[in-house]
Amino acid sequence: MNTPVLSLRNVTKRFGGLVAVNAMTFDVAEHQVMGLIGPNGSGKSTTMNLISGALKVSGGEVLLRGSPITTLPAEQINRRGIARTFQLVRLLPSMSVLENVVAGAVFGHRRRWGHEARTHAESLLARVGLEGKGHLRVGQLTYIDTKRVELARVLASDPKLLLLDEWLAGLNPTELQIGISLIKSLRDDGRTIILVEHVMDAIRSLCDTCVVMASGTKIAEGTPQQVLSDPDVIRAYLGDDDV
Amino acid sequence: MTGTDIRNLCLSALALGICALLPLSGSGYWLSIGVTIVMFTALATSWALFSGPTHYISLATAAFFGVGTYVTGLGFETLPFWSLVGIAAVLGAVLAALVGLATLRLSGVYFVIFTLGLAELVRQVITWVQNRSGQKGLYVLTDISEADIYWMLLALAGAVFLAGWLIGRSRLGFALRIIGDDETVAVHSGINTALSKVLLFMVPGSVAAMTGAILAPRYVYIEPSLAFAPMLSFQVVIMALLGGAGRLWGPLVGVIPFTLLWESISSSFPQQTTLLLGVAFLVIVYLLPRGFVGLLDQIRQRAAPKDPEAQA
Ligand SMILES: Nc1ncnc2c1ncn2[C@@H]1O[C@H](COP(=O)(O)OP(=O)(O)OP(=O)(O)O)[C@@H](O)[C@H]1O
Ligand SMILES: [Mg+2]
Repeated sequence: MNTPVLSLRNVTKRFGGLVAVNAMTFDVAEHQVMGLIGPNGSGKSTTMNLISGALKVSGGEVLLRGSPITTLPAEQINRRGIARTFQLVRLLPSMSVLENVVAGAVFGHRRRWGHEARTHAESLLARVGLEGKGHLRVGQLTYIDTKRVELARVLASDPKLLLLDEWLAGLNPTELQIGISLIKSLRDDGRTIILVEHVMDAIRSLCDTCVVMASGTKIAEGTPQQVLSDPDVIRAYLGDDDV
Repeated sequence: MTGTDIRNLCLSALALGICALLPLSGSGYWLSIGVTIVMFTALATSWALFSGPTHYISLATAAFFGVGTYVTGLGFETLPFWSLVGIAAVLGAVLAALVGLATLRLSGVYFVIFTLGLAELVRQVITWVQNRSGQKGLYVLTDISEADIYWMLLALAGAVFLAGWLIGRSRLGFALRIIGDDETVAVHSGINTALSKVLLFMVPGSVAAMTGAILAPRYVYIEPSLAFAPMLSFQVVIMALLGGAGRLWGPLVGVIPFTLLWESISSSFPQQTTLLLGVAFLVIVYLLPRGFVGLLDQIRQRAAPKDPEAQA
């Protein structure tokens, strides 16, 4: 069996007295799309922050292809091949759309510079459906287009693992279909992705496996069909009082 | 390199050549103003190389400058002058690296205060050392003329522009722009933000120390209160912001009018210079946060036709 791209071993994060992530353990295999789901405040973004190095773990280990990255600074984790988007889109406001994507290509996992970086960024803009918009300022973009730019930026360093934190959130129904097929196309490219998502349609159609979190703890793991029919999961989503 | 790059380089070289003719005019008054202008051009342009993209306001110019003047003051009798400028460059860069390592992880306001305190600290240390040795200051008696100083500073300013142009096209320059826009994005794009900031902070540190070393002979007699005058740090910030720290040539746009205006104001109201400097600071920060150049860009952007695709 191949070593998983990413493994979490008992990863824990405490904020003072609050245990935001409690002994999380899971593997993500190559070419797999894993959905990380759970109610609001269950610790999904915190888990993503721990994997990407934005936060330091209180305990446990994160392994990338079997080697520990737990204590590495975030920029080195990125260079090793983990790239992320943010729950609230973050673009570089003083730069053009193209420069925003180039920014992802220059310093990360696979480095490009100059003409090579620009042509690569242009091809990624086309890939996410922003062909010909490279010269625009990010302030001129529609919401879904800002999401596309961020996606192109994280793709630009050829990451081994993509972390998408609610990339589909806030889209209207038409945009949602566009967004889902865009991520589906990434899956068809064989990318390895962890997807934090609330949209059930998206989870069903995109994820190979799911890990469900509630109050920082993993409560279920399996295919979308399995976990979404799991009574514990239903209870977690609806709240204890309703069951 | 594109055709525009080559044209710009040639034009800059030509401008530099024309500026180099100033001492031949024979006017001591204009030469002295010329020295002040090239000095502040080198200081403000290198200051903006770091502070423009990062938005960190450094008030450490006087510290680096003072160190440079003392390198010349202590070494001019034993070492050739050019080597003093080199030593100052290295010392300035090392000092900047130390300050950078200690402070650049701090948020903006702490950085401002630390850099201001640094100049004061270095001044106190040198005063203390000098008092122990029984001197108040140092005589710097050389045969270096005002015209020599002018030419050296002009060469330094030219080098700063060249360095700025090269940095602007480098990965380091790009990294700093990303950091200035969003440090979190920078980190998660693989940029070592602390290292990038320290490396770039060494440029103004080094340039200010060289400027001090070159200017020391002009003062003839140097003492800590002159070499480390905090006024210098504020003047540099004001000029760079007045012109606009977002562009390489922005500070130059601030330096020339400010120097000329300052020259006449400070001779008419010698007692009120600090007060006027403070007022100038406030006016610029409130009315022209991005400087003349930023204002021009804004006007140009408004005048430009809207991009049709943007509405789609
Ligand atoms: N930096 C922080 N300091 C203190 N508490 C935090 C911090 N970040 C998150 N938390 C807390 O940790 C818990 C988990 O938050 P997290 O953002 O990971 O949830 P989430 O599953 O991403 O929720 P959502 O679906 O709303 O995005 C919450 O109770 C939150 O208040
Ligand atoms: Mg979240």
